This record gives sequence, C-alpha cells and structure tokens, in this order.
Amino acid sequence: MIYRETGQFKTSYAEDSQIFPIAQDRYVFWALMGFAFLVVPLVIDDYWEKSILLPFLVYSLAAIGLNILTGYCGQLSLGTGGFMAVGAYAAYKLMTGFPGLDMVIVVLASGVITAAVGMVFGLPSLRIKGFYLAVATLAAQFFLIWLFNKVPWFYNNSATGQISAPERTAFGVQVTGAAASSSASYLFCLIFVVLMGFAAKNLLRGRIGRSWMAIRDMDIAAEIIGVDPLRAKLSAFGVSSFYIGVAGALYFAVWFGGAEPTEAFGINVSFNVLFMIIIGGLGSMLGSFLGAAFIVLLPILLKTALVDWFSLGTAMAKHIEITTLGALIILFLILEPHGLARLWAVAKEKLRLWPFPH
Amino acid sequence: MTALSRLRSPEGIGLTLLALFLAQGLWWLATTDTGTRLFFYEVTLSGLLAGVMYSLVALGFVLIYKSSGIFNFAQGVMALFAGLFLTGFMNDFGAPVWLAIPMTLAVMVATAFAIEHLVLRHLVNQEPIILFMATIGLAYVLEGIGDIVWGSDVKALDVGLPNGASDFFLDGFDIYVEKLEIAAAVVAGVLVIALSLFSQYTRIGRALRAVADDHQAALSVGISLRMIWVIVWSIAGGVALVAGMMWGAKSGVQFSLALIALKALPVLILGGFTSIPGAIVGGLIIGVGEKWAEIYLGPTLNGLFGWNANWFTAIENWFAYVLALGFLLIRPQGLFGEKIIERV
Repeated sequence: MIYRETGQFKTSYAEDSQIFPIAQDRYVFWALMGFAFLVVPLVIDDYWEKSILLPFLVYSLAAIGLNILTGYCGQLSLGTGGFMAVGAYAAYKLMTGFPGLDMVIVVLASGVITAAVGMVFGLPSLRIKGFYLAVATLAAQFFLIWLFNKVPWFYNNSATGQISAPERTAFGVQVTGAAASSSASYLFCLIFVVLMGFAAKNLLRGRIGRSWMAIRDMDIAAEIIGVDPLRAKLSAFGVSSFYIGVAGALYFAVWFGGAEPTEAFGINVSFNVLFMIIIGGLGSMLGSFLGAAFIVLLPILLKTALVDWFSLGTAMAKHIEITTLGALIILFLILEPHGLARLWAVAKEKLRLWPFPH
Repeated sequence: MTALSRLRSPEGIGLTLLALFLAQGLWWLATTDTGTRLFFYEVTLSGLLAGVMYSLVALGFVLIYKSSGIFNFAQGVMALFAGLFLTGFMNDFGAPVWLAIPMTLAVMVATAFAIEHLVLRHLVNQEPIILFMATIGLAYVLEGIGDIVWGSDVKALDVGLPNGASDFFLDGFDIYVEKLEIAAAVVAGVLVIALSLFSQYTRIGRALRAVADDHQAALSVGISLRMIWVIVWSIAGGVALVAGMMWGAKSGVQFSLALIALKALPVLILGGFTSIPGAIVGGLIIGVGEKWAEIYLGPTLNGLFGWNANWFTAIENWFAYVLALGFLLIRPQGLFGEKIIERV
C-alpha cells in the first residue's frame, strides 16, 4: 500500500539509472543515513562502539571486499585474514613512520598497499581456478601471517611481537588511541564505509563490474566476447584487497587499537568474512551489510541468551555458537543460496502487492 | 626441434629443474661426511612418515571427491570428531580399545547417514563451490557437537600403539625413528591395499567405481546414488577415524587436528583430486618437502639475507602451500589427476 512505485515517472537518464529507483527506498536510505550520522553519535557509548557498531562497519567493508572478489568475480579466496593483516601492518608502519600524517591518508594508503599485495597473490588466478585458487589464497594467508610474526621490521622490534596504535588524528580530531571519543571513531569508520560503499556500488554497475561478472559466469565465454581475463581478474583482486586492506587498517587502528597477527588475523577471520557473504548473499552489496550485521550480532545474542538466561558456561556457549553458525550456513545454502539479500528482495516484492496479492 | 619445444613447455622446465635439484642433492649427499648423511636420512625418513599422516587425511578427501564430486573440507574435522568420540568412549566410559573402535565407527556411520539425509540430499545438482561451502559449515557443526559432547580440552589418547624410538633403526642404522610413525605407515599401507581390494573385487566397490566414472550411467543401471554416498561418507569416516587415532596418539586429541585438513589441501593438489595413489605420493612429497625446507632451506635463506638471521624458522607453516602453488603453475591437474578439459 505504502511501498509502491505507481506514479513515479522517470524523465531523465540520470533518474533512470540511479541506485535506488523507487522513491520509498530513497526515503528509507536517507532516513537511515540521517539516523547513523546525526542520532547515533549523540547516544553512542563505549559498549555499543566496541562490540557492535565498529565490528559491523569494519566487517561490512571486509565483506564488500570479499564479495567483489568471490561474489562478483567468482574467485574463491580464503586469504581475507592475511590481507586484513597487510592493511593493519601498513597502517601501523605509516602511523609510526610518519607521525604527522592524517589518518585518512594512512587508511587509504594502507588500502593501496594491500591492493598491490593482493594483486601479486592474485597472479596465480590467471592459470588456476576454483578450489585450486582457494589453496593459493591459503598460501597467502599463512605466508603473510608468518611474515608479520617473524620479521621484526613490521612490528618495530617490539618485545611482545604485538603492534599497538599510537594516538593519531583525522582533520584535527583524534580517532585512534585510548583518548579518542566513541563518536569520533564511529563517524570516522562510518564515513569510510558510506563513501566506499557508494564507490563499490558504482564500480559494480559499470564496465569493470560487468567484466567481473562475465568472468564469474563463464570465464572462457567472457574471454571470447572480449573481456580481458588478466585485467578483470587482477582488477578484482586489486579492488577487493583495497577494501579488505582499509577494513584491516580500521580493524587494527580504530577498533582494537592493537593486534597480534596469529590471533587477530588468523584463518578464522577469513572464514568469518566468507560466512558473512554466504549468509548475506553472494554478489550483493546489501548482502555484505546484512551478512556482516548477522555474523556480528549472532554471537552477542547467543551469548546473552545462553550465558545470562540459561546460565551455561562461556565455553559451552562458545561451542553452541560454533554449531549454530555451521548449521545456519548449511541451512542458508539449502533454503536460500542467495542469502539474506534475496529474502529482503522477496519481502519487498510481497510488500509491493500487499494487501491485494492477486 | 620438437624435443626442444617440449623442454620449453612448463612441464619440461619443471622436470629439468627437478632433475638439476636431485642431481645436486645426490652430489651433496655423496660428498658430505657420514654424520651429516645419517642426519639427512633421519630428516627424510621422519618427513616421509609425517607425510603418511597427511596422506591419511587426503585419502578421505579423494574417496569423497571421486564418488560425489564434493570437495569435503570437513575431512580434518571428521578426524577430530572421531578422535574425540574414541577418547570419550575410552576415558569417560572406560571401554576397552577393541570395543571403543567399533563404537566410534558406528558413530561415524551414523554421522554419514545424517550428513546424507540432512545436507547432501538437499544440495544435489548445486554448483561445486556451494557444496564446498556447505562442507565448511559441516566442519563447524561437527566441531561444535564434538566439543559440546566431550569438551574442548586436549585429551591424551592411548590405543596401545607402540611408543618411543625404534631399536631396529637406532641400533642397526644409527637413525632415530618413532615407533608410532612406523605403525602409522603400516596402517596406512594396509588401509590403501584394503581399499583398493574392496573397490576392485566387491559388488559395492564396483558400484563405487561406476559412480565415480559417470553418475548418470550408474543411475541408469540401477545403482542407488544415495546409498553410495552414505557408504562413501562412512568409509571416509572410517579413514578419518584411523587418521584421528594416529594423530591423537601422536599429539593428543585437540582442535589443531582439524587444521591438518588444511595441510591436506596441498597434498591433494600435488597428487590430483581423484587419485588414491596420488594422495599417498602427494602426502609423502609434502611431508619430506616440509622437513627439508625447515632443516635445509630455512638456514640457507637466512644466510642469503645475511643480517638478523632467524627469520626463516617455522617455514613449515606455509612451505607446503607454496610448493603446491609452484606445482600448480606447472601441472594444474596434479601428478596423477585427470587432464582438465574446459568447454564453453
């Protein structure tokens, strides 16, 4: 009744090709943006920042990155954790090497460095594909973590082998370190997520995105109709790694404030991000956000439910969480292989016909 | 001319490099002193035996991949799962070994049934990548259930396998070899022979090979695919039990057992996804390669970089993957795999 595009006429090409063609979608989007930028910073506290909002924002970026590579370009990657580590260590080296550098530049430069590393590890994708490529990305994962563990230059010879973020500012506002306010850190991440989300959406709608999808759907056919696999695959690895690198930099510098490579960027992180895009929806921007929200919230909800209500031990709650997560993955793959994003699309379709479905 | 062009193909270059490497190695071996030589044999042998362990996990992968085209990521967790149940039956229930092993086997068969009924049945005709991701989910479920039932702390497993150094090798050749690893090698050998006899001479074995050859043709002569899948997953469960037992006896039943699954991936790439001998040979190559890399390549690389010479330790963590990656670039189908043909 409310959600209907009847009477919304498009009179220009710009209107026709906008991201949200239905006016109601735009209202909801701008309302969400207004809420996220104006209301949330006023009410945010430390718990919401550190356990829900920053994880959601950082993982959204990582999920967008992996979705570009796996969902849109069809190249399965299990090296997300390793690439996030590249972003984090690049940010660390830049922050400590150039103390005056603005955080915005640090984060973007970390993304660029990760993109370069990602493209190097993407080179095998030109010759191998599928599971074989997954093994190649595993090589990246283990090699990078080993590198950050072993080579003292990366962690500035600190005795513990850990890295911790010094206090740095973005446009004069402190965003990293203990003294950074919750709202500043949150807004800093939010701006990155919104701008890079838009950039990704537009990349995906354009020529490059279409060449990625052609490669995903059938690489040989794509090559025959004139898509250069070298350019398509390497650009997918580059762009994807850029997003993952920025996510890694924010993960380390703003969210955690410190990191130890084996724990923070292990293979589990790779799987978590992969789960996000499976549950959210492979090849869907909205899916990246929904999946990130789901995977961030599920453990918190389960933990609250199991530990606080049923008073189980934390270890048991952890085991049940793992089982639930696995079962959900299987359930989603069986019932809705296109993930939460498809469920949302179906719901919208229903809503358009409501209350007269025939 | 043809000989030259064959030499310049990726495989030719690979073989040439390999031959050079082996010749150089043999030369080094022939000219070095006895102590170093004995140490080399010891390293190689322990690498081979560690490789047998990898082969055990890879074997389960190959069985399932051949018969259903599913890349079973959960194979390593299945080993952990079996190990957990075995130790559980033995330590918590006090069952003797001869009873605990069949009991665990029954659990693995029940698991195979459950997997077929709850997961595989609903994912028929999905893309391989979807099935692969489903087995990642399966890995989490199995790990979670194993932990819920038996807890997640490290458990010692004693199934009466021999321990300590083998006197035969120690006295006769002056080489230190674990008895347990020899036992593992023997068990793996028996397992492979049993499996090949089973698939060669029994009715079910023939059906398995038929399904591996061509699903549709197998269906058309009246072979039940679902039954075959249950059987294959049960066999893979049995192989996982053996692997879990060996690894468990070696280093205790713990989560790191599941991570061998990841080590089995390079093994598969080397050996080919569809070849049982490939899984064995691949495992041996990876096992030896890792040990050689750790002992010989690491210090060499450290020397190469000169300053600050302890970077290249624990390169075992990633060497197998890099080895597999290099191999992939030369021969994408693996040593014994079927040639990959792509059509539009």
